[in-house]
Amino acid sequence: MLCQECGQKPATVHYSQIINGHQTELHLCADCAKEKGYGVWSMEPTFYLNQLLAGLLHQDPIQVGAGLKCDLCGLGYDEFARTGKLGCGRCYTAFGNRLEPLIRRIQGSSVHAGKVPRRTGGRLRLKRELQALKRQLQEHVAREEFERAAELRDQIRELEERLKEGK
Amino acid sequence: MSGADAFLKEVLANPLSAWMKRHGPAADVALSSRIRLARNVEDLPFPHRMSEDQVQHLLDMARQLEAPLSSALGEVHFVDLSGTSPLDRQVLVEKHMISPLHAGKARPAMLTRRDASVNILVNEEDHFRIQVLSPGFDLDSVWELAGQVDDVIESRVDYAYQEKYGYLTACPTNVGTGLRASVMLHIPALVMTGNARGIFDAVSKVGIVVRGLYGEGSEGLGNMFQVSNQVSTGRAEAEIVANLKGVTARIIEEERRARKQLATTRKVELEDMAWRALGLLTHARRLSSEEAMKLLSQVRLGVDMDILKVVDPEVLNELLVLTRPANLQKLAGRSLTPEQRDEVRAELVRERLRRSIR
Repeated sequence: MLCQECGQKPATVHYSQIINGHQTELHLCADCAKEKGYGVWSMEPTFYLNQLLAGLLHQDPIQVGAGLKCDLCGLGYDEFARTGKLGCGRCYTAFGNRLEPLIRRIQGSSVHAGKVPRRTGGRLRLKRELQALKRQLQEHVAREEFERAAELRDQIRELEERLKEGK
Repeated sequence: MSGADAFLKEVLANPLSAWMKRHGPAADVALSSRIRLARNVEDLPFPHRMSEDQVQHLLDMARQLEAPLSSALGEVHFVDLSGTSPLDRQVLVEKHMISPLHAGKARPAMLTRRDASVNILVNEEDHFRIQVLSPGFDLDSVWELAGQVDDVIESRVDYAYQEKYGYLTACPTNVGTGLRASVMLHIPALVMTGNARGIFDAVSKVGIVVRGLYGEGSEGLGNMFQVSNQVSTGRAEAEIVANLKGVTARIIEEERRARKQLATTRKVELEDMAWRALGLLTHARRLSSEEAMKLLSQVRLGVDMDILKVVDPEVLNELLVLTRPANLQKLAGRSLTPEQRDEVRAELVRERLRRSIR
């Protein structure tokens, strides 16, 4: 079999990926594979994902983001659409509305439900805790357990105070 | 020679990292477990858009982490790989220490624990890629250790993080938890019984991806496959890890069942295959990388099924790394043409296997 890329040398690197039951195969010669960033035992086929992503962005109506620019790193939305890579953390805010549906599409969700950094996320932890307490409060009120509800209400007030002070 | 240089020299000279020599759970099917966390520094452009000064700033920041990481995890070295040769970098790739992308960077660096089970890739696609490896099927311990590493870095570095999106990454496919958990599996019996494809299709429906290097047909090179989570956000880390753990445990179970089935229905065929593979490996004068992988897989199956009681399993792990092109050339001490490589590979495999036969 000849290399799919150059069509000249024999294909020695065979790469295959299955996502949602759909299989894609690539057969490349050593030189083209190297150029494309595929090594034997490649740990992270980032190139491949970026390509897929750029593909998604290109056929996308949300491409109307043309002209948008990140104020910190200067990356333009059109460049992101071409490469599939963001320039800095601030880009997530700069391209927010256009990015969100994309993230939802690739990931099935765009809302972080995981770890919160201990130090920088201090306020965030309090907010998460507050939300959890409010949910519990509603449950206790619904079950008419007013004594427990009153305790929770006090805890919520205290947390809200701390959040205000921390600002 | 500085501590970091001496450490790098030692790493390059030993094909098998210390962590690979430990015995892990379910080692008959699972080769290794890995957790990767992608992390970036707040208000600093992602690596592909950093200026030279900014790269220097990032490397300095990473160097500062050597001491706190060492006190939390035991001896950790900061290694600036800027001056290393392409061959040395490829050796590190084949040892799973850095990624091909990282190897291609102008100024890659890493923070590595002495046993190489913890590697923090500095200036890869993201500023930091925390990577923790462990032998066998052991996601819980790698997950715990990765969390510990993350906490140490987070106590010194302001991460790029947003309440809504979570940890921000250069590629939106990693945003949120920045987590990729994976297990490397050796599943020859599932491939032989024709069940592998069906299982891969099934697991892909529950957010799990199977990757492998494929030969001309459809079987993975050396019957090795990497199973990992596909999505990185919308779920808590523990849930992502638990999901992968559940699916992997099922695949391991299926592989063991397929082996039992083969042992009863195709016993002689299996014994013949394993002994023939050992015969070829201990006598061949030329071995391509693919053929070596294939035969090593057959011998490994023979060892794991108690057919080949004469072979020491550790030598198989060592050969898996040693027969890769860069490690082979490093060991030979010179650059080799593909034909020379095949000869040197055959010689090496013959010598190591014969020496290890009990």
